[in-house]
Amino acid sequence: MDRIPILKMGPFLLVTIQVDMHDRLALSLQDDLAERIASTGARGVLIDISSLEIVDSFIGRVLANIAGVSRVLDAQTVVVGMQPAVAITLVELGLSLPGVRTALNVERGMELLRGVMEPDPDAVDDAGPEG
Amino acid sequence: MRVRKDESRPLRAEDDVVRARQAVRSWAVEMGFSLVDQTKLVTAASELARNTVVYGGGGTLRIELLEDGARKGLRLVFVDEGAGIPDVETALRDGYTTGTGLGLGLGGAKRLVNEFAIESRPGAGTRVTVVKWK
Ligand SMILES: Nc1ncnc2c1ncn2[C@@H]1O[C@H](COP(=O)(O)OP(=O)(O)O)[C@@H](O)[C@H]1O
Ligand SMILES: [Mg+2]
Repeated sequence: MDRIPILKMGPFLLVTIQVDMHDRLALSLQDDLAERIASTGARGVLIDISSLEIVDSFIGRVLANIAGVSRVLDAQTVVVGMQPAVAITLVELGLSLPGVRTALNVERGMELLRGVMEPDPDAVDDAGPEG
Repeated sequence: MRVRKDESRPLRAEDDVVRARQAVRSWAVEMGFSLVDQTKLVTAASELARNTVVYGGGGTLRIELLEDGARKGLRLVFVDEGAGIPDVETALRDGYTTGTGLGLGLGGAKRLVNEFAIESRPGAGTRVTVVKWK
């Protein structure tokens, strides 16, 4: 439980946070993700927080940092699955998660990532020329 | 107003912050707080417990079940004997931090509860008391 696993799924990395993270664990996730983006050339990162019962300002800062570092490494981050009670609390806490994209679930997050990634040239050919 | 039940927990290290969150959650569940109110209370507790550990050099959390007539509430008292806060009003301002945080802990916690009080003396320590009524 000393590291949060990072899975590679095609061009994306998927992180599912399933524990109540202490601060050090959250910081090591931040570092591990930066390394994995660089070593795999991943273009997108999905962070599934559907199991997280709270997001406080520390976790919020870590999520914003992950999004910022990914962007510099040419990858997009989408945080998915935030529970409604967590979202309500986050707003009242005053956290705006600057630069963090969110989606309802992993599928929607993937769609979002595919949409913001450069179109695959083959896919464009298949679709025919655009007007 | 009576204290029906209480518990004290140490806040020495980061892992105690996790345990404090879990303890506050289980009290809030037991008292029948709504999921949103549980989440607000646990989030406030997380912010304040971290402050006690990081800025206060460690301390304690007391959790109290309050009864005021028909009304029930949960009171959380965070106490440390650390450096104290020289200017509480400034510390409460969103975005103000002397560390590396976002400066949202105190102001945010205040918004998430019904009652909020800080007593702090430089050199003597800090006591933050919050109450959430059901
Ligand atoms: N228990 C405490 N003892 C001493 N100083 C504190 C304590 N709690 C808060 N502070 C001071 O108040 C500031 C604001 O706290 P907070 O709003 O939680 O933001 P952050 O934790 O991001 O710095 C802290 O940076 C610190 O200077
Ligand atoms: Mg804080």
